Amino acid sequence: MKNRSLVSINDFTKEEIIKILDLAESFEKNPRQNILNGKVIASLFFEPSTRTRLSFESAVQQLGGSIIGFASAATSSVQKGETLKDTILTVSNYSDLIVMRHHVDGSARYASEVASVPIINAGDGANQHPTQCLLDLYSIRKTQGTLDNLDIAFVGDLKYGRTVHSLTIALTMFNTRFHLVSPPELKLPSAVKRHIKEANLQYEQYTDFMDVMPKCDIIYMTRIQRERFPDPLDYEKVKNAYILQNQMLTGSKDKLKVLHPLPRVNEITTDVDSNPKAYYFEQALNGVYVRQALVASILGLA
Amino acid sequence: MSAIENGTVIDHIPAESVFQVIRILGLDKTDKQVYFGINLESKKFGTKGIIKISEKYFENVEVNKIALVAPSATMIEIRDFEVVSKNNVKIPETIEKIVKCFNPNCITNHEQVETKFRVFYDENNDLKLACRYCEKNTSRANVVFL
Repeated sequence: MKNRSLVSINDFTKEEIIKILDLAESFEKNPRQNILNGKVIASLFFEPSTRTRLSFESAVQQLGGSIIGFASAATSSVQKGETLKDTILTVSNYSDLIVMRHHVDGSARYASEVASVPIINAGDGANQHPTQCLLDLYSIRKTQGTLDNLDIAFVGDLKYGRTVHSLTIALTMFNTRFHLVSPPELKLPSAVKRHIKEANLQYEQYTDFMDVMPKCDIIYMTRIQRERFPDPLDYEKVKNAYILQNQMLTGSKDKLKVLHPLPRVNEITTDVDSNPKAYYFEQALNGVYVRQALVASILGLA
Repeated sequence: MSAIENGTVIDHIPAESVFQVIRILGLDKTDKQVYFGINLESKKFGTKGIIKISEKYFENVEVNKIALVAPSATMIEIRDFEVVSKNNVKIPETIEKIVKCFNPNCITNHEQVETKFRVFYDENNDLKLACRYCEKNTSRANVVFL
């Protein structure tokens, strides 16, 4: 990966993805090493995202690198009307690698074209969030021992959930059986389903959450947002149907794990947290190892 | 319309696309002689448009840019009043600069970034343009020329 930008999960082959996951595994065994000593990583969060930013910054600092940057556009020169291009060209002069989050779709690809240093996309609008996708894959492999031939359920807002789209497309490389649970208004878009079909894989769509419970190895939860429904009554009808409660997990597979990209609001009740099948906080920790692997590998240090 | 001695004739343009073709090929800014006709009779299409440009020849890459608006067009190369070659336009694999991305939140609609699309056909064999930046698809019905 030396000097290569990470913009979209779609740029990566199965072999390349597995190589990153293997490297992340070695960082999990040894997360504090001084290999980024003397390296400056720019963390440009034009759009606030506390979790992703802290995960990156923790990853870099545990490896002895230093961080410069900003946590929101309000504290950057964007406020004065500077273009993205100018910001990126300037920050390229000050850093060895740029981690960028931006609210505009495609901003990461554009930044990677103008920057003289590699870019890691930490989320570009509704488009891509490849490090989230890689940490999801890492969490699935770690808990199931494999990525191949699994039954994976996606639950909630499958229409607008960026993480669901990227992860679904990535999983088509691993012979996944997809179980898609959502209200009819928030089904997986056909452009994403086309990827499943093109890979000659199966998907089933459900409206009843309990139908998938005994079948799955992974339940990937997402939040249904009120603002996605033009009619508030439609939201009221479905809002409780896709909330995971502890007793619903009775009868699920022993090896089932529940994942969630976080932040959670109310779609997983807190009584699930102490169930050994809850995995979302460990999932967030795995993000640190995956990001260590990416930064080290892009800088040619691992 | 008078014959040209040397240059290019673009025939069989859908009548309504002539002005778009002129713009895409930059003929509104050329210093060469340009003739055009709209709503001419055509045996194949009922009506058609035609453009003749003196002293100018086009590379295939340039010509193919018009394929989105005039897939039926024929490019005829004229030298010394004779037809030297006739070629149908082909829809290229990539389309750059001339089409706007349909996604209002795409970076190409926020900063001065030239658009780049990969052309593909969906399961219904409809043409789609995949944006290099936001990765969203613009369908033919939503194509707006810049």
